[in-house]
Amino acid sequence: MRLLTLILIFFSTNLMCLEPDEILDNQNLEKRAKQIGQQLRCLVCQNEDIQNSNADIAKDLRILVRKLLLQNKSDKEIIKFVHERYGDFVLFSPPLRTDTMGLWLLPAGFFLLMIFFFFRRQK
Amino acid sequence: MKYIILIVLLLSTFLLFFEGLKNDPKLIPSNLISKKIPKFKLPSLDNRSFEDSDLRTKDLKLINFFASWCPPCKVEHSNLIKLSQRFKIFGIAKKDTEKNIETWFSQMGNPYSKIGFDHDGMVSINWGVYGLPETFIIDEEQKIIYRHVGAITEKDMKKIKLILDKNK
Repeated sequence: MRLLTLILIFFSTNLMCLEPDEILDNQNLEKRAKQIGQQLRCLVCQNEDIQNSNADIAKDLRILVRKLLLQNKSDKEIIKFVHERYGDFVLFSPPLRTDTMGLWLLPAGFFLLMIFFFFRRQK
Repeated sequence: MKYIILIVLLLSTFLLFFEGLKNDPKLIPSNLISKKIPKFKLPSLDNRSFEDSDLRTKDLKLINFFASWCPPCKVEHSNLIKLSQRFKIFGIAKKDTEKNIETWFSQMGNPYSKIGFDHDGMVSINWGVYGLPETFIIDEEQKIIYRHVGAITEKDMKKIKLILDKNK
């Protein structure tokens, strides 16, 4: 019983904010909606995706994602639609562009620099 | 020499992060600045419709997303009334009812030339609105030139008037 309670506590979080009327009848589309929702950041929360947020805007975006899925839009098209309106902030992984290059390359750059200094010291 | 490079790199990274800490995480830059206004068609308060073509006028105008249930919207209301004496303000009421809006306006006045009702919040999403109130300044070519997030306070009025006068 305790194990079951623990399982329910840890694995039910994905369903916490999704309201019953939002869920699509088509299981495949609902699965895709959840996957898309996990890639979109809630705009008024700190680092929470729209799938797991109680905020009003997160609920509106979840409904929008499902509406677009019902219009046969692809996952990429839906993410692009939201990105065009809310910018890079709404994406958990920012796109690779010249102005975002630093975000992607700095960690790798530091890692290479550390390796360089590590081997220089060993010599 | 190698330590100098490392120290400079580390310092510049820290400075970059330090600068980033000064940014308000609640203020998200609008992705619609310099772009044409999105298309929309909403039911209006006068039982007709309010659409993007209503904003196709050869002057500067403001569009304010608000609701009677939003406390900061009431805070900025008196400033919107002041602005409406010089500029046209259009309103989009998000998830609101005609009755509530009319009650509110009977008490505090109506600064809007026209009001549309965004019952499901989808027009607000099309404008990249993420909280209420939000105000957009639109130029003669129907391009969005500025977006203000949150209530327009006395301090914000100076900035908004400056932008409006500069683009007049």
